[in-house]
Amino acid sequence: MNRRFFIKSGSIALASVSAQLSTPSFLERLVLAEGSQRTSLLRKILVTIFQRGAVDGLNMVIPYGESNYYQLRPSIAIARPSSGDVETAIDLDGFFGLHPSMRSFKTFWESKRLAIIHAAGSPDSTRSHFDAQDYMESGTPGIKSTAAGFLNRHLQISKGARDSVFRAVALSQAMPRILQGPAPAVALSKLADFTIRAGNSSAVQGGFEAIYERSVNDVLAGTGKETFEAVNYLKRANPSQHRPGNGAQYPRSPLGNSMLQIAQLIKSDVGLEIAFTDTGGWDTHVNQGNSRGQLANRLQDFANSISAFLTDLGDRMEDVLIVTMSEFGRTVRENGNRGTDHGHANAMFVIGGGVRGGRVYGDWPGLRTEQLYEGRDLALTTDFRTVLSEVARRHLGSTTLTTLFPGYNVIESRFRGVLG
Amino acid sequence: MRKLIPNCRLRRPRSSGALLIITALLTPVFSAVNAQKSPAILSDEQQILHVLNRLGFGARPGDVDRVKKLGISSYIDQQLNPQDIPDALAEEKVKELPTVSMSTAQLYEKYPQPGVLIRQLEKLGKLPPGLIQAQKMPGMESTNSSKRSEAPEPEANAMENENYRRAVREYYAEQGLQLPQKIIGELQASRILRAVYSERQLNEVMVDFWTNHFNVFAGKGVERWLLTSYDRDTIRRHAMGKFADLLLATAKSPAMLFYLDNFQSVSPNAQLPRSGNRQQMRVGVFAKREMTSNRQSQEPPQRMRRGINENYARELMELHTLGVDGGYTQKDVQEVARCFTGWTIFAPRGAAVAANRRLAGFAKESAGTFFFNARLHDDGEKVVLGNKVPAGGGFKDGLIVLDILARHQSTANFIARKLVRHFVSDSPPETLVKSVADTFSKSDGDIREALRTIFFSTEFNSPNAYRAKVKRPFELAISAVRSLGGDTNGGPQFHRWIARMGEPLYGFQTPNGYSDTAETWVNTGGLLERLNFGLALANNRIPGTRIDLHRLVESTSTNVRENGGVEPALKLVLGGDVSSGTRQTLMDQIRKPESSAADSVLDTKASRAEVLAKVVGLILGSPEFQRQ
Repeated sequence: MNRRFFIKSGSIALASVSAQLSTPSFLERLVLAEGSQRTSLLRKILVTIFQRGAVDGLNMVIPYGESNYYQLRPSIAIARPSSGDVETAIDLDGFFGLHPSMRSFKTFWESKRLAIIHAAGSPDSTRSHFDAQDYMESGTPGIKSTAAGFLNRHLQISKGARDSVFRAVALSQAMPRILQGPAPAVALSKLADFTIRAGNSSAVQGGFEAIYERSVNDVLAGTGKETFEAVNYLKRANPSQHRPGNGAQYPRSPLGNSMLQIAQLIKSDVGLEIAFTDTGGWDTHVNQGNSRGQLANRLQDFANSISAFLTDLGDRMEDVLIVTMSEFGRTVRENGNRGTDHGHANAMFVIGGGVRGGRVYGDWPGLRTEQLYEGRDLALTTDFRTVLSEVARRHLGSTTLTTLFPGYNVIESRFRGVLG
Repeated sequence: MRKLIPNCRLRRPRSSGALLIITALLTPVFSAVNAQKSPAILSDEQQILHVLNRLGFGARPGDVDRVKKLGISSYIDQQLNPQDIPDALAEEKVKELPTVSMSTAQLYEKYPQPGVLIRQLEKLGKLPPGLIQAQKMPGMESTNSSKRSEAPEPEANAMENENYRRAVREYYAEQGLQLPQKIIGELQASRILRAVYSERQLNEVMVDFWTNHFNVFAGKGVERWLLTSYDRDTIRRHAMGKFADLLLATAKSPAMLFYLDNFQSVSPNAQLPRSGNRQQMRVGVFAKREMTSNRQSQEPPQRMRRGINENYARELMELHTLGVDGGYTQKDVQEVARCFTGWTIFAPRGAAVAANRRLAGFAKESAGTFFFNARLHDDGEKVVLGNKVPAGGGFKDGLIVLDILARHQSTANFIARKLVRHFVSDSPPETLVKSVADTFSKSDGDIREALRTIFFSTEFNSPNAYRAKVKRPFELAISAVRSLGGDTNGGPQFHRWIARMGEPLYGFQTPNGYSDTAETWVNTGGLLERLNFGLALANNRIPGTRIDLHRLVESTSTNVRENGGVEPALKLVLGGDVSSGTRQTLMDQIRKPESSAADSVLDTKASRAEVLAKVVGLILGSPEFQRQ
């Protein structure tokens, strides 16, 4: 997979994700913008959550109105809603239901803050996790040579004069594909550790800053510069002072921690616009479970982490939007190990400000054998790029959609209308 | 002790070595724009550093001189034949980790999972009173509840109860048992120790390479008991042999069979025994079912649906051999999956949980080992990549597939590219990739020969390749300790840093393994952790790891007074090869006062050491040291 940013044929150039060699440093920009800083820092925020491993969308948002769902999943299907029975699907609209362990989503569905797009995803037929994730994160299904992730392209397109170094943050140890590219982004797993940890840290940090600054011939210099600016800025902003509000209780899980920290970054007004985190453990080939089990546990963590975030931010959610996605769905039919294999279309959640929630969007293709993709999977009726283009246009206010997804013809009339 | 080199005989470099001189005159194989300014031509010292960095985990004090005396070509030849290199120190260090030499069956027995052990004891009516009591405590969910959900750690809730935990600890202590968490910790430690101390450096690099190529995630199910054997018997045994042998070993390894679910892949036409013999079937594939909650199996076992699992078949072709564009189809995936039905694990969860009491004795020695269960095998005819696999082949079907894949041109290309990316540059030069692929094909997949082609190539020896790669966290951590002549026990406190920098060993969840290109590692958060690691190491803040800067201080006391030990430190860590910017900055840092003005005036041993630690910390975090 060729992911060069500085594409030089035959060379052994090193590319740094955060290299910004010619623009003024963030701190310089900030100083210049002192006066109007406040407004620029209250831009709309997008939080993208990637469920890696292909979550079983059909057990996450259950089409309980489909008889074939029960025919094809004798041991792992979720029972139709039955009031009082917490092991059955949570009714959404008379046809679809939520997995019972996602109870915490119910409030947001009812208050119309939460929307679902079903039978959505990537049109590419690959069933390889890595390829499919690559395609989805780069925003170019079928093409492996795309250099940058689509979120990075958005950052490039909508670059401002007063962008914060924390404009784009990935809560993960390594920079995810979706944010790779020339526009700067920060990858960190723990805010509290985002500092130089030494006895006399400021003296040492000064030393590092000087070394990296002087290494003009090394592309690492750019990364170094951004690193120290980020450390300094974060110190002043002190995001950990913000405890969860409104009684929000984040699960003590990696996803819970990521969402908590994203909330802290938002509250401390560091200029965050694009946040990303991912969650794993979705590749349930074996013993998936039904209302209880592996998948149930994962979904509970997923829903509770997001719900805590929504509760925590409260009114601030006006400006914040969450979008979830997964590289593909899973087979409609359960396999021989009480699990499911790689499939096709999946379900996406869109939650937060401006959402016309309380609805399942998309064209439901049905689960009868002749309606399935390749006779085995949920067919696709909404391209994920349509969903994300709508988000870019209507939430982020992006005016240039053509370059966000190269090779994809964005037709605004085809937007699902998830956002008002 | 065997002499490694003939005395005083400096071997002429091989004819390809002469190209080292001509390189500078050749049209560059790389474009002029580089990530960092490359020297026009490499000095002897730079060449040696390059080789030590790429064929190993960096130079220890004295290594450069050793290689200078031996000659680079001889050194490379030596490293290509690790079996002839004595390695007493590394072996000694690793011997102190008991699990590393234990069989999987022994690990199951001595390091059992508490919940599993307790259930077994209950079944046999042998649960000790202490545990029975603890189980009855309020707030304690029964570990045997059939309503319990199939969580990855079914006994997790049980362990939350402190009394229960104590009772378990006591029982373990009495019986001489330990918790399974220790196993992976020791395995990681053995990797670290070998990388730091082994003379067979290239072998360790190849173990790292293949472990990543044939990635297995320690966090999945029973992998923690299976990986020790995987490292010792599968990867290490074949790391520098024939690729085909390595491939077969991974295909048969319980670690891979479990990780990619093949051990449960069963033919839809599997001949099941009648209920009377049902017990026999339970060992291996169904032992697991026995132990999990039964709420899902409403039907009696012989009517449980069979299923082929495609996971291994796909990754075998996509990630292990042909590569994603190597020319296989979805149909091939299905056919390959059929071929591997029956390749399974005997008693994958240990002898203790083997349902069949009669077999339990046998399982005691063989639990967690490979076995081919013919009854589960799909014996029909298959067609794989255009090759007919005749019906009735049994175990041979898988062997035929592996043979086809190992000899396939796409495999040669794929492996060649990965090797060149690892040893030369993130943009593997196509000419070299082709050349290595040719060697690979012609030598029947000989790993050593492929490496030889790389190490004696113009591309590898080009100035453009010098420090072109960014070290991965494991490489950075190990090279830091080695460069300072430090010592480590490889323990969790050290490994934690490698994890923080983003590369926990056996910690990559998906089968593709850790990335081998800089862009994955070079980002704001990652760089910060590297800087912090360097500081922690230089200031001896990593328990179990120690560097002795005092020794450095003493041996360079005159210089230290002048420049705080900058030059000696630079010489030690980076062979003195740094940009003037870095050198100047370090000098400036020396002159800056530390915590209190008074201390900075005193030229005591302590203050010299403090200054030196700062210098070393800065060097370890420098851009130059991030590279190799």
